[in-house]
Amino acid sequence: MEFGISTAAYVVAAVLFILSLGGLSGQESAKRAVWYGIAAMALAVVATLFGPGSGNWFLSLVMLAIGGGIGWVVAKRVQMTEMPQLVAAMHSLVGLAAVLIGFNAQFELGRVLRAKAADASAEFHGFAAVLAHKTPAEIAMLKVEVALGIFIGAVTFTGSIVAFGKLAGKIDGKPKKLPGGHMLNAGAAALSALALVLYCTVGAPVLWLLIITACALFIGYHLIMGIGGADMPVVVSMLNSYSGWAAAAIGFTLGNDLLIVVGALVGSSGAILSYIMCKAMNRHFVSVILGGFGGETGPAMEITGEQIAIDAESVAAALNDADEVIIVPGYGMAVAQAQQSVSELTRKLRARGKNVRFAIHPVAGRLPGHMNVLLAEAKVPYDIVLEMDEINEDFPNADVAIVIGSNDIVNPAAQEDPNSPIAGMPVLEVWKAKQVFVSKRGQGTGYSGIENPLFYKENTRMFYGDAKKSIDALLPMIE
Amino acid sequence: MKIGALKESYEGEARVAVTPSSAAHLKKLGHEVYVETGAGTRAGFTDAAYEAAGITVEPTASALINDVDVVVKVRPPSAEEIREMRHGQTLIAHFYPSQNSDLLEVAREQGITAIAMDMVPRISRAQKMDALSSMANIAGYRAVIEAANNFGRFFTGQVTAAGKVPPAKVLVVGAGVAGLAAIGAATSLGAQVYAFDVRPEVAEQIESMGAEFVYLDFKEQAQDGAATGGYAAPSSPEFREKQLEKFRELAPQMDIVITTALIPGRDAPKLWTADMVEAMKPGSVIVDLAAERGGNCDLTVPDERFVTENGVVIIGYTDFPSRMATQSSELYGNNIRHMLADLTPGKDGKLVQNMEDDVIRGATVTHDGDVTWPPPPPKIAAIAAQKPREKARELTPEEKRASELAAFKAQTKSQVTLLAVGAAVMLLVGSFAPASFLSHFIVFVLACFVGFQVIWNVSHSLHTPLMAITNAISSIIIVGALLQIGSGSWLIVILGALSVLMAGINIFGGFLVTRRMLAMFQKS
Repeated sequence: MEFGISTAAYVVAAVLFILSLGGLSGQESAKRAVWYGIAAMALAVVATLFGPGSGNWFLSLVMLAIGGGIGWVVAKRVQMTEMPQLVAAMHSLVGLAAVLIGFNAQFELGRVLRAKAADASAEFHGFAAVLAHKTPAEIAMLKVEVALGIFIGAVTFTGSIVAFGKLAGKIDGKPKKLPGGHMLNAGAAALSALALVLYCTVGAPVLWLLIITACALFIGYHLIMGIGGADMPVVVSMLNSYSGWAAAAIGFTLGNDLLIVVGALVGSSGAILSYIMCKAMNRHFVSVILGGFGGETGPAMEITGEQIAIDAESVAAALNDADEVIIVPGYGMAVAQAQQSVSELTRKLRARGKNVRFAIHPVAGRLPGHMNVLLAEAKVPYDIVLEMDEINEDFPNADVAIVIGSNDIVNPAAQEDPNSPIAGMPVLEVWKAKQVFVSKRGQGTGYSGIENPLFYKENTRMFYGDAKKSIDALLPMIE
Repeated sequence: MKIGALKESYEGEARVAVTPSSAAHLKKLGHEVYVETGAGTRAGFTDAAYEAAGITVEPTASALINDVDVVVKVRPPSAEEIREMRHGQTLIAHFYPSQNSDLLEVAREQGITAIAMDMVPRISRAQKMDALSSMANIAGYRAVIEAANNFGRFFTGQVTAAGKVPPAKVLVVGAGVAGLAAIGAATSLGAQVYAFDVRPEVAEQIESMGAEFVYLDFKEQAQDGAATGGYAAPSSPEFREKQLEKFRELAPQMDIVITTALIPGRDAPKLWTADMVEAMKPGSVIVDLAAERGGNCDLTVPDERFVTENGVVIIGYTDFPSRMATQSSELYGNNIRHMLADLTPGKDGKLVQNMEDDVIRGATVTHDGDVTWPPPPPKIAAIAAQKPREKARELTPEEKRASELAAFKAQTKSQVTLLAVGAAVMLLVGSFAPASFLSHFIVFVLACFVGFQVIWNVSHSLHTPLMAITNAISSIIIVGALLQIGSGSWLIVILGALSVLMAGINIFGGFLVTRRMLAMFQKS
């Protein structure tokens, strides 16, 4: 294929990628958007395989088929509740691929330079030919790009693996730091900066690259280990962003505009998601990434009152009497796999002519939009699933609000107690409903360890027990 | 345990302490339910209805008292009724121990456990058995109905072909449970409602019911209802003067006045004086819900409808709940059954008189041959103390405009600074970096901008699919691997092939998962 044609194909692919992301603005157009994405990817792969500078396409196809097969099986098997882990795991693959490609670029550069030194008129093809035509200034630039791509890729790789471990429950979700804390990260970052300078100036390039890689791997691991489970939505979208920037950096290395465009799209997408998540928690990105909550400014407000438990019968009776019901799901619903039961409850209540709606906080769950996907999986119609801003004003009209496995996102301390660690975070104002039922496993505090005054409010009743079992117990009593 | 409801002996009392529906709940607690014949007739529950609900109907009061372990009633019992009871029996009824010390003594001598429904402490947990509140709610509603019955005009304003009707103006004094219920009933009839209370923190509740809070400009430290268990406390003479002055000003305008002001353990405060009644228009109606305790109005005659010389009707009935006996029996029956539910924690029909429990301790006035009234203060404060609230100041239009302008200027400034710094960095890069890099860099920057614009529009609910799809398309990195795999060096080929493999997993896995997710989003 000619250079012109493959570039044209890239242009089309880039446009399709943009349309694919833009299509996610609505549920219906999103279904088309996926096809745009798939078409764009196919076009890009085909144009590259048969374009100028490629080779070994048989091997490529074989590897692609194997990889595709694995991806297919994994995607078919995964449970919707395991989605956060899966996304994190897949980010690590992109990160690792970026590292390998970066190293390849260095190997190829070394090979080309050696061959040129031996025989000035040596013929190259493919990527090597591109490298062979580079001026010394361009080569210096290339080295910076390679190092950057490898660095970001490596951070993404270990970071994603740790995030995967935490989300899958294989690693303890509590923030953990090695002694030295962020000084270690800063040290590693400084070391890799030094290695970058040496890599560009002195010989033994592979050694310096390896040092950069090692430092980046450590940073990725240590950074994410230091972040608590509740901040995972930010972490996952941040890693998503990094995988994009890594692709963009590799695009610079290879002089491939398509890679740059798509990398930038993915990078900015992840960055915006992180921003939205942080905004939803009223926290600074930096403080999330550096882990832990900001220093407390004073003693937390004392909570008066008592937590009052309630049994399934009374909850069912209240639901039977209610006309307006708002359900607030949280991570606890995902853990207990209660979404099917919740959906069944919704169906039954709606069949009785009650207005049932869902209120979703932007950081509910462990992934942006996590609750929406779970509810969609359980066949809850999406037009009754509303965002915080859409539904917050309606709580005073609700007869019953049911909080299922969420804690911090319904904590009134965020509004009432200026000393609370989550002061100022926008929360769902469930306590304004006439009655609030909180389905919760026990009396403990949430992930953040903050006491929740909601549980002590006059109109709150605690419905203790596993969320799925609790909801299932309600089902036969709804009439 | 066997629980029996006596027929009320008090003249004109129509309520009953157990209804067929509350009896069904009592049975679930493991109790047997008895009722004296004819007890529910005036509340609309026949003996047949009780029998149909599986309740034993007893022919006489003595037979009932003889057969049961727990006697339930509405009004305070008579001394004779207590004397018929035996040691160890439980009585649940209104008791008013502060006014009925003789009765208390009889109950002690008889050795019964007396639980006073009017002494249930005002804590959240006990709301379900707070009979005073449920009765006050009915009284408030009924007061409006009685007022409407005696008022010669519409409540709601209308413009009809036959002429214009102004809306009735209603003033509710005292916004406790009864006052709030009266506000609710009057507003839903379409009247213009004003309400007054000495506790400023109820202004919000008054407004939420649709009435206008009559604001009293007074410097003195405002009363905090939290300190007195949610009830009003006596106010200072200066405050009272100011208050009466306000009422005098309002009196000529008001068509209906409903007074509900009560202070626990005292006679009702006189708030509506004779000269105010005189100032009112003929045909106006005053309903005095405090009549039983002397009345808020000077001219109130308890238990009577009284018409003044200038044609103002003053209603001093003291039996509003009894006038709606069906409704009040249902609610009182529920209060009783909640009390019994707390007394039978095991739901096994066994009464446990747990004197450690705040609610049970507070309501029990005699037990085991001892007078246990007054109770020690409850362990939990009823209502959290009111925090002084600072009202956000309304901004004037000028201030608003100024702040908007300042915000705009600040925004412009930060944007321009950002652009200037960005441009400077660009120039710096441009002066050193090779041309080929810059041409790619333009593409990069533009792509970032496109990305930002596009992603902002993505709906919140699709954030997880967005992550999945961006994850899938970030495997565009496969293009890099494909470009390298054709190299002459075996090491590069191997590493390239591995990259292709990983990116391949990502492509297929990512897109497939996204499709699975999106397919699930369904409209109802």
